[in-house]
Amino acid sequence: MMLLSQHWDNAQMLKRLLFCFFIVLQSLPAFSQFRIEVSGVGLTQIPIAIASFKGDDSAPQKIAGIVLADLERSGQFRGVDTGTASMDEGSRPEFSNWRQKGADAFVTGSIAKLADGRYDIRMRLWDVARGQDLGGQSFAVVANDLRLVAHRIADFVYEKLTGDKGVFSTRIVYVTKGGQTFNLWVADADGENAQSALKSAEPIISPSWAPNGSQIAYVSFESRKPVIYVHDVASGKRRLVANFKGSNSAPAWSPDGKTLAATLSRDGGSQLYLMDASGGEPQRLAQSGSIDTEPTFTVDGKSIYFVSDRGGSPQVYRMAASGNNPERVTFSGTYNISPALSPDGKWLAYISRVSGAFKLHVMELSTGVATAITDTSADENPSFSPNSRMIIYATQQQGRESLMTTTLDGKIKARLAGQNGDIREPDWGPMQK
Amino acid sequence: MKKWILVIAVPLLLTACGSAVKLDPVTVEDKAGTSTRPLDAGSKAGGSGVGQSGVAAVDLGKSNQDAMQTATKVIYFDYDSFAIRPEFQSVLESHARFIKADKYKRVAIEGHTDERGGREYNLALGQKRSEAVKARLGLLGVADSQIEAVSFGKEKPAATGSTEAAMEKNRRAEIAYR
Repeated sequence: MMLLSQHWDNAQMLKRLLFCFFIVLQSLPAFSQFRIEVSGVGLTQIPIAIASFKGDDSAPQKIAGIVLADLERSGQFRGVDTGTASMDEGSRPEFSNWRQKGADAFVTGSIAKLADGRYDIRMRLWDVARGQDLGGQSFAVVANDLRLVAHRIADFVYEKLTGDKGVFSTRIVYVTKGGQTFNLWVADADGENAQSALKSAEPIISPSWAPNGSQIAYVSFESRKPVIYVHDVASGKRRLVANFKGSNSAPAWSPDGKTLAATLSRDGGSQLYLMDASGGEPQRLAQSGSIDTEPTFTVDGKSIYFVSDRGGSPQVYRMAASGNNPERVTFSGTYNISPALSPDGKWLAYISRVSGAFKLHVMELSTGVATAITDTSADENPSFSPNSRMIIYATQQQGRESLMTTTLDGKIKARLAGQNGDIREPDWGPMQK
Repeated sequence: MKKWILVIAVPLLLTACGSAVKLDPVTVEDKAGTSTRPLDAGSKAGGSGVGQSGVAAVDLGKSNQDAMQTATKVIYFDYDSFAIRPEFQSVLESHARFIKADKYKRVAIEGHTDERGGREYNLALGQKRSEAVKARLGLLGVADSQIEAVSFGKEKPAATGSTEAAMEKNRRAEIAYR
């Protein structure tokens, strides 16, 4: 599994140069940062039984529990109690028993330590209703990769039973604020296994995954102004891609990963520019006398959605990636910001102010029909899962900033509840290769 | 590219951390040519000299500097507004005189907003505030090259809490000498 970079040889030097701004690239042991709390009630959910894997007792990760939590968080599955049943992948289940318990599907498996210290994990998925074997998987991995294996098993089950790609083995990035310390984290899609990519005494905002999942662009205020870095996740090395006079913010990747769109104020006002992702002279994308910001590319790379207050209030607009033919997309309300597009191109998520409350909305692009899907009042920064089935966003609950995932209809929400400080600025990474 | 950052960065380093600060080159890869690398003033033609001049200017203007340190450096704004209130005209006039007196002096105007709304849009709103202050200083004769307008959006509130009193304190632009 990918590990974040552990060292930056010149960390001390950098620290000295940035003096009061404490910046260190570091490695922290993986720890449990989140709790899943499903707060909605689903409509059609597949009842699934996942028996404790044979050997789970002595394994460092409880595979069955992780798989079930993943599937339940998607909103499309409901766990069926398996009691103390523990069955390996080789045993054919007594289907009538599981039918009686109400299960439509059943997962069995085993985990065993190999002579070389790695773990051998095997699983099999059964269609209880039809009494059929739906296939299985096996893995041999080091202990640190056991969670990833569990997520891949959840992906396998999800795809077999729903026909859609699972996203449980993808990663998310987000920012925490604890006291006056800001931390950029890369974590599994369930919020676990979080590793710090950057720690700073100044704010970090707008992290954005590169399409290939190997880099993250973000805005850091470590030099007492917003500048854009691109950070290599595996090595921890980063490069400054936009530090022009004024503010530099809102980085967004083109689908081919070669170009960044960003908001720069170098020529006065917050305006959109395109630049090579490896750096270079920005090209002005559009010119307006008003605020243009929060660009995001469509999946085909041909258009860019963005926010502009050119009509007197902030609204979502769309234009060709050349900057031509801007047209307004949101018409309801006087404050519509933070557009996010689903990878399948069908949905637009954004934040709309309704009676003073900032609420996550989802618009079906083919009809223009938009719906508020939360009952919170300070929602921010939505980002779609790579299978377009879920959205992660930031909100406030009981005065704390937290992250939520939701289905597109808003019916199933899970809180990724942090234990320390405020959690914000999520971005859901691409499908793992 | 934006070499002027040398001018603010070097004296800032020297004044903030004293002579113990070594101006080692930063190893951040700099494809844009605009990175923190300019902190390595000595490696760029003219950079070092500019930096030294900046330090000297602080010393020469000491009494004046002291005066400005006690002067108001925060300009407050009304809700959803970038208009500079009349009460801040004299404040900006005194800052303009101070900046104009030393062509090496560099100042950043840092725009801020209250906590309502999105982070990036608030960053753009804060930028409008800082640019409004910059424009006013420009009208008062300050050279464009001496001022940088930046924004912190809602990321650095002066007062915490969601009360109207706190939000009033957060809708501001700060004048930061560098």
